[in-house]
Amino acid sequence: MFRYATRRLLGALPTLLILLALAFFLIRVAPGGPFDAERALLPEIEANLRAAYHLDEPLYQQFGRYLWGLLQADFGPSFQYRDFSVTELIMTGFPVSLRLGGSAMALALLFGITAGSIAALRQNTRADYAVMSASMTGISIPNFVMAPLLILVFAVYLGWLPAGGLGDGSPRNMVLPVIALALPQIAYISRLTRGSMIEVLRSNFIRTARAQGLPMRKIVLRHALKPALLPVVSYLGPATAAVITGSVVIEQIFGVPGLGRFFVQGALNRDYTLVMGVVVFYGVLIIAFNLLVDLAYAWLDPKVKYS
Amino acid sequence: MNAAADALQAQEEVAGRSLWVDAWRTLRKNRAAVVSGVVIGVMAVLVTVGPWFSPYSYDFTDWSNLSIGPSLETGHLFGTDTLGRDLFVRTLYGGRISLMVGLAATLVSLLIGISYGAIAGYFGGRLDNLMMRIVDILYAMPFMFFVILLMVFFGRNLFLIFVALGAIIWLDMARIVRGQTLSLKHREFVEAARAQGVGTFAVIRRHIVPNLLGVVAVYVTLTIPQVILMESFLSFLGLGVQEPMTSWGALVKDGSDEMQSSPWLLLFPAVFLATTLFCFNFLGDGMRDALDPKDR
Repeated sequence: MFRYATRRLLGALPTLLILLALAFFLIRVAPGGPFDAERALLPEIEANLRAAYHLDEPLYQQFGRYLWGLLQADFGPSFQYRDFSVTELIMTGFPVSLRLGGSAMALALLFGITAGSIAALRQNTRADYAVMSASMTGISIPNFVMAPLLILVFAVYLGWLPAGGLGDGSPRNMVLPVIALALPQIAYISRLTRGSMIEVLRSNFIRTARAQGLPMRKIVLRHALKPALLPVVSYLGPATAAVITGSVVIEQIFGVPGLGRFFVQGALNRDYTLVMGVVVFYGVLIIAFNLLVDLAYAWLDPKVKYS
Repeated sequence: MNAAADALQAQEEVAGRSLWVDAWRTLRKNRAAVVSGVVIGVMAVLVTVGPWFSPYSYDFTDWSNLSIGPSLETGHLFGTDTLGRDLFVRTLYGGRISLMVGLAATLVSLLIGISYGAIAGYFGGRLDNLMMRIVDILYAMPFMFFVILLMVFFGRNLFLIFVALGAIIWLDMARIVRGQTLSLKHREFVEAARAQGVGTFAVIRRHIVPNLLGVVAVYVTLTIPQVILMESFLSFLGLGVQEPMTSWGALVKDGSDEMQSSPWLLLFPAVFLATTLFCFNFLGDGMRDALDPKDR
């Protein structure tokens, strides 16, 4: 297993390198620069600034310098937030996004798998139709529509929960953003679970188990759930990476100081290193989660071998 | 919907009781899918024709009616926004843009995806390996990031949105088409064509691609709502279409800024957007049941 993991990580290096190069050169090609301001700087000052950040070197040299820094886990200094390194910025934003996203994914797994299994067990009954229409609705209502609606109902009209911000950091502030993040995930996961559960319930080993007179609950929990979760697991990899790195929209609507805002702000301000930092961070997470998914596959399905 | 029905009918005349006829029969029995199709049709007609019948244009400011709620008396059926612009017309115009982006980007993805997938699948071997490896690498890219970068850097023009979104979503299409091509290329009719000396690309165009269309049709129906969603997401971030033009995402954004004082600004565009996405998803599901050979 260890050898497999190492080989997979090495195989991901070219992908990561291409990602880096694409992002790096795309930003540099874009018009505008990090030191554009309403009041233009004196040319001498700007030249000094550019030299201090090595922006006066040829592009390939800058790229090499950036890669060299990355190897030492140094994302470089931020252009916009003076006195902060990109690593520091990511480390202030990421815990917030991770807390929100982690809770949302946990919630989504719990409700999604339960609802999906129930729908599969009662296929073509009212319960099934109810779960399926609810999940279709969840998929069709984008989170930037759902989030304002949640605020409108629960914060403005009912006044039960705060409308945004982290406040003093109490869990009450996290309820609405977590729900808004979790709802579409619940919808996807329940659909995936239902589909694969129906297939698994039709298979021979389940029929054998039923013939032996095992209670349905035991059959589902002991025998059917593990293989039925395979598609869910492969969906979870990229989805988790996306959710825990912070949804730009949710963070904007709820005023949460997470990782998502750095990306858009960074791009608007031409904060080269910050944008690169977020892209690299996200890319590495996606690769890591995809690896985890493949490892989990082998645990869930003994037929899968590392190769 | 009607166009699709006509297309299906046309197929029927040529091919007798083909896959399409069977599929049409199955689809017709699926009431949710039929209703969704009709709703999409009505929506398309409404956003295309509707604005011509409205007394207001999308950027007209009604100074005597700023931020008023929906009412019949003023003629603003959905009310007006803070600049006094008629929300009904703006919602329809927004729908035009959203649907247009959805269709155009899907078309881009269709062209790239079908040719890429069919070529990779048909030639196989090393070329296939290489092409699919490229797709794998692209899959691992955080593409929404790149689209945001593109929009931020090169300005917000509609054409760029089509191309950028189309260039992202062709990956799925290419994979699906390749898989189907692999299973098609060893069938007898393809070998017969080859034995008769038909050229490679003619075989792909005349014998492979037409047989892919069933699966492709399903994914087109499921891709359109995805694109509409992505465009709305960009517009919501302020990176999509530019004022005074608008799209559903931009309207939802404007509405959510004003939702405490004028909730209708959020509700109407939100309902239009969600209904359209809902119907496309339902129709796509129904078409998958009807057309995907795997589920029979």
